[in-house]
Amino acid sequence: MSRQWILRRILLVIPAMLGISVLLYTVLALAPGDPFSELAQNPAVPPEVAAALRAKFGLDDPVWVRYGHWFTSMMRGDWGFSFVSRMDVDTLILQRLPTTLIVIGAAQLMAILVALPVGVLAGIRPYSVFDQIANTLAFIGFSLPTFFTGLLLILVFSIQLDWLPFVYRADINATGWKFYWEHIRQSIMPVMVLGLFQGASLVRYVRSSVLDVVKLDYVITARSKGIGERKVVTKHVVRNALIPVVTLVMLQMPVVFGGAIVTEQIFRVPGIGSLLISAMLANDTPVVMAVTFVFSCLVVLCNLIADVLYAWLDPRISYR
Amino acid sequence: MVETLLEIHGLKTWFKTDDGMVRAVDGVDLRIDHGETLGVVGESGCGKTVTARSVLKLIDMPPGRFEGGRILWRGRDLIPLDDQEMNKIRAREIAIIFQEPMTSLNPVYTVGDQIAEVIALHQKLGRKQAMEGAAEMLRLVNIPNPQHRVHDYPHQFSGGMRQRVMIAMALSCQPKLLIADEPTTALDVTIQAQILELMHEMKDRFGMAIMLITHAMGVVAETCQRVTVMYAGKVVEEAPVGELFGQPRHPYTQGLIRSIPRVDRAAEKKQRLEAISGTVPSLLDPPPGCRFAARCRYASDICVREMPPLKEVAPGHFVRCVL
Ligand SMILES: Nc1ncnc2c1ncn2[C@@H]1O[C@H](COP(=O)(O)OP(=O)(O)O)[C@@H](O)[C@H]1O
Ligand code: SF4
Ligand SMILES: [Mg+2]
Repeated sequence: MSRQWILRRILLVIPAMLGISVLLYTVLALAPGDPFSELAQNPAVPPEVAAALRAKFGLDDPVWVRYGHWFTSMMRGDWGFSFVSRMDVDTLILQRLPTTLIVIGAAQLMAILVALPVGVLAGIRPYSVFDQIANTLAFIGFSLPTFFTGLLLILVFSIQLDWLPFVYRADINATGWKFYWEHIRQSIMPVMVLGLFQGASLVRYVRSSVLDVVKLDYVITARSKGIGERKVVTKHVVRNALIPVVTLVMLQMPVVFGGAIVTEQIFRVPGIGSLLISAMLANDTPVVMAVTFVFSCLVVLCNLIADVLYAWLDPRISYR
Repeated sequence: MVETLLEIHGLKTWFKTDDGMVRAVDGVDLRIDHGETLGVVGESGCGKTVTARSVLKLIDMPPGRFEGGRILWRGRDLIPLDDQEMNKIRAREIAIIFQEPMTSLNPVYTVGDQIAEVIALHQKLGRKQAMEGAAEMLRLVNIPNPQHRVHDYPHQFSGGMRQRVMIAMALSCQPKLLIADEPTTALDVTIQAQILELMHEMKDRFGMAIMLITHAMGVVAETCQRVTVMYAGKVVEEAPVGELFGQPRHPYTQGLIRSIPRVDRAAEKKQRLEAISGTVPSLLDPPPGCRFAARCRYASDICVREMPPLKEVAPGHFVRCVL
């Protein structure tokens, strides 16, 4: 894979991010409600005062002027101020982003570690007992929405069995290994819920992709070399089968983030997903804008990773 | 006496499908001696590919199944062997190349990697030496600039060049038998001749035997010593090449020979190519009797009643026909 090709891909991210920010900003600006809409309804605040405040904060300027302001301060590292949390938006996000990244990352990792071998085994032995069990479980996992599996897990493991805490606490007052242990304990269910959903669809993708690849000519060529079935599968089938899977997984990233938002809300995980929901309910526009933008950045970043991975898996992409 | 490498007796490879049993190979007998080229001819769908892949046990089972017969490789039956034992024979003693050079190579590895993989495995060499071996093989099959080309991916080669790569890979362990399953069918006419020529150059150099599967009679006439004609999963005629073309006995063989495009006849224009009318019948639960009957101008009652046996009509010349 050539360095030049990767560089070009990275440079393409810039216009993508610009476009996304314009779009997000416009949509949010058009949406009803802003930090001062409550002021307008508050009888204690005279309308002239409200109008003066609006003018002072530039809320009545045309959208593109406001976008310009937003963009320049954004570039300077000033992400605005949350009227609700009384805090700088960037501090707020930086506080909460790691939790989200850890939960999503752990869930993805778990999904990949389980789904890859299961999908491959199911694909090379289609319609075997193993395949049928894997398929059924994947179908169930795929059809159940995260809010349902989330509540189900809480019901079983927190309420019935009382093994795991069902509210995620950011303020664990313990030290050393106990601190980590508590964090792991409270992350298990959110990670499971997200991982199950991801893993289930991944199993199906991997299986069908493997099923397509095993009948291709070059797999028969590989067998004819006498290299052994295990190596035929791991070397010649899996890598090719992953090429379409990478694309599918990355196309699904927005759905994953959506699932993460719901999951964070259910388990009260203090990540940027639950932050987004509370900010939306409170009309905290700067936070909504910033979190959506961060989510978009994550999606774009995932796409970049996918492109690089894709090119690494398939030399036809970057060698022409 | 010349050593007999491969002897197939009454091989039956059937496929279980939703519609019933497809008797793709239904009692095939053939023999290949050391250093000879055997042509296996027949129209599409006659079971040539299944026969070839059965020899190396490259048939997916299920849906495939060996229903009977023996595949003797230098006297030893391959059918009962497990995968591990077959892997000592694959590539090292019997190699195979396929019809579609565009899809026979793995697109995600360099051709050098793919050739080196065989060399490293069977000759117990390190990666570096195996790569050198791969470059040497590319040079042997006349790929220009082999030292650089080993690092190229299959999509950087043309169809003809890929078939050369396949040949290089197949020959890298100097097998005793090369099975070539329609190696030139997918290629341009000019390239076809070059690939056939290369195969025979390699055959002379390594002293191997070739099982050349084709549906082009013309190719057989130019390159083979003996010919086995297959029709609908069965061998219908087997003879030395001169005798087969001189005195074809089976109506199907006669039809195939008449359908060879000939430069001298085409020049007269009036004499058009005589293709055999009709198509190969379905191999799904075939009826008893001669499978060619529906297309045969000499067919009579006894032909459909039972399958004629393979009779020796002259030394080394076998025919499956009541005539
Ligand atoms: N996996 C399979 N399942 C069912 N039928 C098959 C399978 N492979 C081959 N066949 C059937 O076997 C017959 C012979 O095929 P093949 O050996 O490819 O013919 P040829 O190579 O002579 O053109 C065909 O009718 C084909 O449909
Ligand atoms: S057996 Fe009968 S039908 Fe078959 S080829 Fe001979 S003459 Fe024709
Ligand atoms: Mg074929």
